Amino acid sequence: MSAPLLEIENLTVTFPTSRGPVDVVKGISFSLGRERLGIVGESGSGKSMTGRSILRLIRKPGRVTADRMTFDGIDLLSQSERQMRELRGARISMVMQDPKFSLNPVMTIGEQIGEALLTHKKLPRSELKARVLSMLEAVRINEPERVANLYPHEVSGGMGQRVMIAMMLIPEPDLLIADEPTSALDVSVQAQVLDIIDDLVTGKGMGLILISHDLNLVSRYCDRILVMNSGEIVETCKASDLNQATHPYTRGLLAAMPRMDENRDELPVLDRSTWTTGAGT
Amino acid sequence: MKNAAIHLENLSISYGKTPVVFDVDFWVAEGESFALVGESGSGKSTILKAISGLAPDWTGKISVLGKPRGHAPDREFAKVCQMVFQDPYGSLHPRKTVDDCLAEPLAVHGIGGRDTRVKDMLDAVGLDQRFRFRFPHQLSGGQRQRVAIARALMLEPRVMLLDEPTSALDVSVQAEILNLLKKLRREQGLTYLMVTHNLPVVSFLCDRMAVMRHGRVVEIAEVDALKTGRLSDSYSRELYAASGGTLQPA
Ligand SMILES: Nc1ncnc2c1ncn2[C@@H]1O[C@H](COP(=O)(O)OP(=O)(O)OP(=O)(O)O)[C@@H](O)[C@H]1O
Ligand SMILES: Nc1ncnc2c1ncn2[C@@H]1O[C@H](COP(=O)(O)OP(=O)(O)OP(=O)(O)O)[C@@H](O)[C@H]1O
Ligand SMILES: [Mg+2]
Ligand SMILES: [Mg+2]
Repeated sequence: MSAPLLEIENLTVTFPTSRGPVDVVKGISFSLGRERLGIVGESGSGKSMTGRSILRLIRKPGRVTADRMTFDGIDLLSQSERQMRELRGARISMVMQDPKFSLNPVMTIGEQIGEALLTHKKLPRSELKARVLSMLEAVRINEPERVANLYPHEVSGGMGQRVMIAMMLIPEPDLLIADEPTSALDVSVQAQVLDIIDDLVTGKGMGLILISHDLNLVSRYCDRILVMNSGEIVETCKASDLNQATHPYTRGLLAAMPRMDENRDELPVLDRSTWTTGAGT
Repeated sequence: MKNAAIHLENLSISYGKTPVVFDVDFWVAEGESFALVGESGSGKSTILKAISGLAPDWTGKISVLGKPRGHAPDREFAKVCQMVFQDPYGSLHPRKTVDDCLAEPLAVHGIGGRDTRVKDMLDAVGLDQRFRFRFPHQLSGGQRQRVAIARALMLEPRVMLLDEPTSALDVSVQAEILNLLKKLRREQGLTYLMVTHNLPVVSFLCDRMAVMRHGRVVEIAEVDALKTGRLSDSYSRELYAASGGTLQPA
């Protein structure tokens, strides 16, 4: 493999709080080739903040520092805001955890997907519409013509997620960061949507960071997995070895999942006292 | 259905001219936990919205705890029946702190002891007290979802409509919330109508489930049929297989 697509060294994200500054991401390092990297971990462990900081989307008063943060040879830390805007969407895109919040409420679904495409490629109107409809179909939206004319508040939770995915995939980015992209989808649509993403990774060499709390899903769709806990990476493993993970935290996560033939009266929860490194946030 | 907490008869729902739910019939007994699963966009959230008065365009019959439901929101109704929305961002007011959000329903209904109740509820949903005076944008996705669940529980409703309550949560927090829901049901006899796409969650928490596709209920099954893979409708069986289950003859 050639040089990594993304290199992160000593990334820290800090927020001021009433009790002084708190690091919600604590000096993590990792690199990504044209591969599929999964990030799992407890709620609040810093997964979304890690994803957002790559795109420099941490809102003030949050602060990001790193020794190194490069994407395809570009030093992300020294890019101007205008240069970042050019990268976002075109070369790196992110499917946000709250799709409806991230969609523009006063534009129809079709207009938004069309705009995402137009910012990177000039197309005649007729062709634009056809591309938008075929993208909606690709993410398994029934009746794409009707849905293209709806506003974000008029689509279901899972449809909103798929619209977001369509918007982020249509410019064919080099790196896709997907934050819980399919959490609202039923399993059969979920598999179909992840297969589309997978095709882009294998066919076009896109890099993928898949943030999810669904351990089965990341072990199926990723090559490598990072496990985060209170701002730190506590374990890295091959996706296929997730079931043999050794860190007590990872083992705890695996045990907490209900099973199809579930008969337990209570699910085991994590005993945080055994591995918590600090107050977290 | 005398002891039905929720009874839907011939329920059809539209948004303007677009019909989205057709002829749905089912009931949920008091103290029962009933799941609504199925295809994305099939109308699951819409059914919950109609029950809570947020999708007024329906025909048929809806009754809750024996009382027929009208077409508009209704404050007394909120006391017995609360909804947790699928999208926690949309349902939390951006300029209200967690504390405002939890104390507000108490204030509206003139209930005292707010300080203690808010503290206890944060504990119950596994949120540290340090989150109490934060705004929604200062929380992670899963933390926001727990605030939404906590708010719905503040009025101690008897019926809860839960729309994907744990799909934004990691498995450890999901386990805590599911245990909490189970405990509340056991101790207070709460009734749940819960939308989820996670079949193992149904196995853990629910007694029965309805499977939806294209706006219709295609099957109503006991949880045992799910645990043993003996579902009968072809779409239900497809969902089951896609969740990694091993099918058995129906
Ligand atoms: N504006 C803020 N001020 C202070 N703390 C914040 C702020 N925004 C986020 N945090 C904290 O940062 C931590 C990490 O948040 P992040 O959104 O990365 O979590 P996550 O791992 O994505 O969790 P989830 O699985 O629940 O989405 C959380 O504990 C959150 O409370
Ligand atoms: N406010 C609205 N105006 C018009 N159509 C709407 C509105 N809200 C929902 N719909 C449509 O109703 C249908 C059912 O949506 P609903 O949100 O009930 O689906 P769902 O089963 O909850 O799906 P998901 O699992 O993706 O959340 C969808 O086709 C959606 O586009
Ligand atoms: Mg997150
Ligand atoms: Mg829904």
